[in-house]
Amino acid sequence: MGQNGKRVVAVTGNEAVAEAMRQINPDVCAAYPITPATDIMQRFTSFVSNGKVKTEMVLVESEHSAMSACVGASAAGGRVATATSSQGLALMWEILFIASGTRLPIVMSLVNRALSAPLNIHGDHSDGMGARDCGWIQLWSENAQESYDNMIQAFRIAEHMDIRMPAMVCLDGFIISHSIERMEYLDDETVKNFAGEFKTTNPLLDIENPVSYGPLILTDYYMEYRRAHAEVMSKVSKVVLDVAKDFEKISGRKYGLFETYRLEDAEIGLVVLNSAAGTSKDVVDEFRNRGIKAGLLKPRLYRPFPYEEIGEALKHLKAVCVLDRADAFGASYGPLFMDIASGVYPHKNGPLLINKIYGLGGRDYLPEHAETVLAELAEIAKTGKVKTLREYIGVRE
Amino acid sequence: MATPLSLKELSKKELLLTAGHRMCAGCGAPIVVKMALLAAEQPIIAANATGCLEVSTCISEYTAWKIPWIHNAFENAAATLSGVETMYRSLKKQGKIDKKIKFIAFGGDGGTYDIGFQSLSGAMERGHDMLYICYDNGAYMNTGIQRSSATPFGADTTTCPAGSCNPGKLQQRKDLTKIMAAHGIPYVAQASPSHWSDLVKKVKKALAIDGPKFMNVITPCNRGWRSKTDDAVKLSRLGVETCYWPLFEIENGATRVTVKPKEKKPLVDFLKPQGRFKHLFAPENEHLLKQAQDQVDAYWERLLKEEAFAARQE
Repeated sequence: MGQNGKRVVAVTGNEAVAEAMRQINPDVCAAYPITPATDIMQRFTSFVSNGKVKTEMVLVESEHSAMSACVGASAAGGRVATATSSQGLALMWEILFIASGTRLPIVMSLVNRALSAPLNIHGDHSDGMGARDCGWIQLWSENAQESYDNMIQAFRIAEHMDIRMPAMVCLDGFIISHSIERMEYLDDETVKNFAGEFKTTNPLLDIENPVSYGPLILTDYYMEYRRAHAEVMSKVSKVVLDVAKDFEKISGRKYGLFETYRLEDAEIGLVVLNSAAGTSKDVVDEFRNRGIKAGLLKPRLYRPFPYEEIGEALKHLKAVCVLDRADAFGASYGPLFMDIASGVYPHKNGPLLINKIYGLGGRDYLPEHAETVLAELAEIAKTGKVKTLREYIGVRE
Repeated sequence: MATPLSLKELSKKELLLTAGHRMCAGCGAPIVVKMALLAAEQPIIAANATGCLEVSTCISEYTAWKIPWIHNAFENAAATLSGVETMYRSLKKQGKIDKKIKFIAFGGDGGTYDIGFQSLSGAMERGHDMLYICYDNGAYMNTGIQRSSATPFGADTTTCPAGSCNPGKLQQRKDLTKIMAAHGIPYVAQASPSHWSDLVKKVKKALAIDGPKFMNVITPCNRGWRSKTDDAVKLSRLGVETCYWPLFEIENGATRVTVKPKEKKPLVDFLKPQGRFKHLFAPENEHLLKQAQDQVDAYWERLLKEEAFAARQE
């Protein structure tokens, strides 16, 4: 036991997520195993089997049924969580929209993994990017600590009475899910108090006040429902920041909508999600040591995307490279690039942007990749000329 | 106290699916749902697969359901209800709920035999306390009478239209009732709205049992069957009397035929009033009529044998 009841541990990302779920102690979990997320539910079901949580499990026959059961359980009126990855998320896709359209605050950890074909079990962001417009809140995590912290905060955000939307917490498959890191756990009581009691709204189990979930709504009102969804999403940023403030009080760790690293006076910068941010920060330091003003921005709240705030944070740079661990297959730009470009667009004198696709199917992202990209950015900053708008890196051509 | 099983007593109970829903005139499905809900002595929470029943009973801002009701998607009524039932157990264990609640899922044959089959099978295997009722009208009626695996042999549908090369559906129906029985669940039954007393008794029996239960109910659709608007009950009765739709139950593995027709009518009595079988009565299709009759006879004989086998075991 460390200071203030914190425990310093050496654990994998999956172990940290399972621990967060144990401490949150949901009423129901429905899940189906898939590499590399399987380990989360294996650990969690051992908590169930040994009476460490009050949770009732639904060990379903597919991810489609996992999310369907989560929808039923959440509508019934209680706290619900699940975990998945890749093909599992793809199979859930239909029901992701139903969970958000029905305003059900389900929390799911998504262990990011490549999509088939060809079959590949390793980390990239194709799965999460494919679900970015499903109406869910998405929090992305660099390491085990952030995965754990984001999981705990996700319940507060999703269940906030102004929001009531499902949230997914993303972490990189294998790179984070299966690597052991040093991190800190909060104590059980602190997490329990932070999460608070689950508040129900129109629970299906209230037999005295029957409600109907899942109506047919045609041309007369469908658009108003979608508009209302958009309105709720516009309130998420504030809640994320409020919850982060409270979380800092119990953990000492600061969270925002995104993280900036040596960005304030930077001239060139990288934008990158999740684990690759760690490697990139080391290389940013090297460039700083050489007197080159490099910096980094790592989005945390990816949906809803804080376009204005990110545009503000990047507008003073001369050149920025957005690194995408997924392609959008439009023979154009990666998904993160398109969002960053939208954020920067209103700033006439904003940075020149380039896009690199890296690390697909778990391909290593090495310091030399970041070095090459930063060197290219330094050249663009000097000459004002972009040679290649978008390309794959670390690939055999 | 339990309502005595008489129409007079049942008629005093509140209808939990109200009038004003938008099902077609003469549809069998709301009859089946009302009968099932009249049979229930306990508070019920229902789930509904996407389909005719679902789109017609809850068009925002209206609902015809006087009980808690959830529709999620087409293929997942069973999985959805398993989530509801699990939350119920969780909250009950925690002392947050004390009422006894029962759970019923309603799905058409498309949402049950076909796209929802995996979800249903999974929920039954997991042993949730729920009764799944399939209202089987033998095709995808909601989307306009397309073939399902419940469509009877020889039927004309919009995706297996009877034409000069193909005489309607070439395959036999999937025997879902027996497949559900093969899950080893405590109660499986077939019922028909024409035999209300049999149907209500079966629902009562099913709801009294803890665990997964399945009922398959023949549900005439005058649009898809190409039959008279007011023939739903008559046609479902003919289904029973021709042994096309035998009424039986399989309780803890033991088969019992609950209604045995005094005189087994020829299958054509059931087929003739339905436009979807009209082409079978052309002279060149006589062999198909015989084939259909043979299928019904074989099924009925096998069922009687299964019943006799169960009786011997007792």
